Amino acid sequence: MQSRAPHGSLFGQEGLDAILMGSAFATCAVLMHGDGVYQLIRDQRSSGTSTRDYSVSYGALGDYGVETVFCVQEDLTERRLVVDDLVIPVTVIDRAAVASLLNDYNTILDF
Amino acid sequence: MRFAITVHGGPYTSQSSHSALNFAKAVLHEGHDLYRVFFYHDGVYNGSEIMAPPQDEIDLYGEWRQLALDHELDLVVCIASALRRGVINPTEAERYEKSAANLGKPFTISGLGQLIDAALSADRLVTFRV
Repeated sequence: MQSRAPHGSLFGQEGLDAILMGSAFATCAVLMHGDGVYQLIRDQRSSGTSTRDYSVSYGALGDYGVETVFCVQEDLTERRLVVDDLVIPVTVIDRAAVASLLNDYNTILDF
Repeated sequence: MRFAITVHGGPYTSQSSHSALNFAKAVLHEGHDLYRVFFYHDGVYNGSEIMAPPQDEIDLYGEWRQLALDHELDLVVCIASALRRGVINPTEAERYEKSAANLGKPFTISGLGQLIDAALSADRLVTFRV
């Protein structure tokens, strides 16, 4: 689960590292929620913040066997984002469906 | 029950480390197993043995160290998080030609695979976020 905007902290980038590592050992999916949806915005230019634009790494998730990236619809809408603004295709779910989604997984890594 | 803990917060800056320490003590006190404590993000600073907090404040490194010695705990700091934050053991200090090392025993430095292994091996992985 990714809940924070990119670049302001390292949580998103290090969280993605954990996702990539986890995919080597188990079936994984990613849930972007809250400000975490900002991590997927396309055409990020992070040179001014001296941070790495790791959003491109989300494009490699498929190669790591992570087939589904979920985004919470309300979190996109509240931030005036649509799926076309995002760097990868996502599966959009309603906030009300998050609890049952989490129930489908043995372990949650929460960043 | 077999627990694993991951700590995201740096010592003193947030309550994350304190809560994780208290939770670890409670887990052991109740007779459960604690498979591993994995320190990630700023949590890696918990392993710095050169912290010198005021005497009337909790000594977080010392508390983790004592708990680990008493219960043979596996305290692991993430190598990627630790290296970029300057928490290193003598081996890494030599590898990166640094003049000092600060990761205190019995903390060890290892990869993210240890977090995933803990998540898969424990009945519960409890994360102490910031």
